[in-house]
Amino acid sequence: MTKISNDNTQRKAVALVSGGLDSMLAVKVLQEQGVHVEGINFFTGFCVEGHTHAIRKKDRDKPKRNNALWVAEQLGIKLHILDVSEDYKDVVINPKHGYGANLNPCLDCKGFMVKQAMAWMEKNDFDFLITGEVMGQRPMSQRKDTMPVVSRESGAGDLLLRPLCAKLLPETLPEREGWVDRDQLLDFSGRNRKPQMALAEKFGFKEYAQPAGGCCFLTDANYSSKLADLWQARGEKTYEIDDIVMLKVGRHLRPKPHFKLIIAREEGETNFLRGYRKNYISLNTVSHSGPISLIDGEADEEDIELAARLVARFCSGRNADLVTVNVIQKSGESKDIDVKPLTADEIPQEWYV
Amino acid sequence: MSELVLDARNLLCPLPVIRTQNQVEKMNAGDTLCVQCTDHGVINDIPAWCRINGHEILSIDEQEYEIVIKLRVGECR
Ligand code: SF4
Repeated sequence: MTKISNDNTQRKAVALVSGGLDSMLAVKVLQEQGVHVEGINFFTGFCVEGHTHAIRKKDRDKPKRNNALWVAEQLGIKLHILDVSEDYKDVVINPKHGYGANLNPCLDCKGFMVKQAMAWMEKNDFDFLITGEVMGQRPMSQRKDTMPVVSRESGAGDLLLRPLCAKLLPETLPEREGWVDRDQLLDFSGRNRKPQMALAEKFGFKEYAQPAGGCCFLTDANYSSKLADLWQARGEKTYEIDDIVMLKVGRHLRPKPHFKLIIAREEGETNFLRGYRKNYISLNTVSHSGPISLIDGEADEEDIELAARLVARFCSGRNADLVTVNVIQKSGESKDIDVKPLTADEIPQEWYV
Repeated sequence: MSELVLDARNLLCPLPVIRTQNQVEKMNAGDTLCVQCTDHGVINDIPAWCRINGHEILSIDEQEYEIVIKLRVGECR
């Protein structure tokens, strides 16, 4: 790609904005150099940035803001949120470079995101792209040896600039062409966050998100084990968006290999699960107050009875002789069954996913 | 000037924002859009998205289970 060097056109960069401090700083560094920046943020289905907690009623009074939107507003940039959840499945299911500590395919994920950003950049006539990556900060995707992998496999090559550690990396096209001044870029490396904090202070950023661990649920051990359980139960690595949303909601218990029960933990989750009743067999205690539950998998009469006994254990009639449970099939067919609640001893720990 | 309704119920953030964004892209300045949602996070997110992108929030009607946000599409896109 040929660009005219040192002309007076204002150059345009698209930034991968996660909502954390690093991408915020990277954008600001370029804005200081007069570059027009717009942000791009990806919805993969696993994002922590969502409001899963808002399902929970108790958390509703303090709804979590979306940090990517908040950061964009602080920086005065536009933010484009792209739903990449369909294409992202292949990244999670078949990561060429494998997984990190949990089911997080960070290296493939970074390559995928940069590639998507490249496509957006070309379509919208932007000149280059930036990320807030810091060398050595993340064990998988932000190492000196893996950073070039991302540039190469995404096809971005030297159009990908990492302003926070650019001085430790070979010169990129925007630097060579004089669109940005390399001298004013940075050389951050390692896990020490002090340099970022000092720069934040210099820019007058008083408040910013400090994401713990990764930027998505795949770095979470509990979440990953639920996903692994889902794959094992299905005998294949596949998922739909509803599946992965469900993994964030309720208690999950698998009494039999071919079905599991999702039991709401409180009112907010009950309301949320209610919206999914058409896609699952649902169980609701009627003789006693209790949470709604959904059956994920294929369940016959016997399985439904077992599920109902389990659900009864989580209702206010757990010590009653019999609990009436209303069972609604996906077709809408509804019937009441009377069951004896399982005792605590009858629920092995292994059922908890 | 058209007025449209977007059903974003049972979607978790940021999906209601994405659906709003994609719908607004197809609309004209001055049109209005009513977004029906169930994730209370939209009360922060849709207005933030509108401020960033130059759209105007006309009303936010928050009920126990459902939130309806009405916005007017702005010029700057
Ligand atoms: S933590 Fe999640 S979103 Fe972030 S790079 Fe890893 S897989 Fe991708």
